[in-house]
Amino acid sequence: MMEFLAQGGFAFYVWSCYGMAVLLLASEILALRKRRRTILARVGRLKRMRDAEEQA
Amino acid sequence: MKRHWFHFSAPSTFYSLAGRMTPWFLALAVITGLISLYWGFFETPDRLGGSNPQKEYYRIIFVHVGSAWMSMWLYVVVAGWSALGLVFNTRLSYMMAVSVAPTGAIFTFLALFTGAFWGKPSWGTWWDWDPRLTSELVLFFLYVGYLALHSAIDDARRADRAAALLAIVGLVMVPVIFWSINCPDPNQCAALHQRSSMSDIDGNILFGMLGLTFAFWMYSFATSFMRVRSIILEREADTTWVAEQLQKEGVR
Repeated sequence: MMEFLAQGGFAFYVWSCYGMAVLLLASEILALRKRRRTILARVGRLKRMRDAEEQA
Repeated sequence: MKRHWFHFSAPSTFYSLAGRMTPWFLALAVITGLISLYWGFFETPDRLGGSNPQKEYYRIIFVHVGSAWMSMWLYVVVAGWSALGLVFNTRLSYMMAVSVAPTGAIFTFLALFTGAFWGKPSWGTWWDWDPRLTSELVLFFLYVGYLALHSAIDDARRADRAAALLAIVGLVMVPVIFWSINCPDPNQCAALHQRSSMSDIDGNILFGMLGLTFAFWMYSFATSFMRVRSIILEREADTTWVAEQLQKEGVR
């Protein structure tokens, strides 16, 4: 296991690359989920506003 | 039931289709990604000999080549959707172009970043103005420019058209990157990137490389579909189909 993590002494280079890849790809997914929640909240607000207008 | 292919070019229809496909693409990306990484790290030699000797750091190849290929391919996809949008004037085509571009920019950055971290141990430098590195950097600026131009114009349809033109003009960079190998014969000059062919690569390394590229491709489908769904909702927030669709999904 330690040998695998050490990558023959090049751990810094190898794991920086894979770490950056995981970080960026995971962040993109999280940002996309946040964007969806934001727009859903906005559409919900719009709907409640319309419903309130209809009742008035 | 026979449907015209334009059927799915309506944002309201594509919204549901994209939603159903996203989890499958994500699952495929994770599974093929893990298999390829296992293969790349455990079924390959630790060191490579030959004319271009490499130590363990060559394992950066899997993420580096995968993201470099995706950076070019996704740019072709952005330009392709842009062209379709300009020709057929379909809103969804432009939305797809804008949805693919951020993922393409991420892969371009990743290709440059992993290239630097491979270049340091291998060539002794983080960066060099080698033709391939330079043209890939220009591609990154093109992605950023495309997205910046799109977000700088308030009217969505004008933004779509202006950015689409930029994307198509920028397409010239893709063949430049592809053929940007300044040294055909390594005995005559010092080249950073050298000509390579699929048949010269160790089969296990090739498997890990192609596998991770496939995983990145499936990931790109997933993120583009997630993004296009948000864009559709953002642009059509006050239509009745959005209200009905969200009611059907049980979103309050």
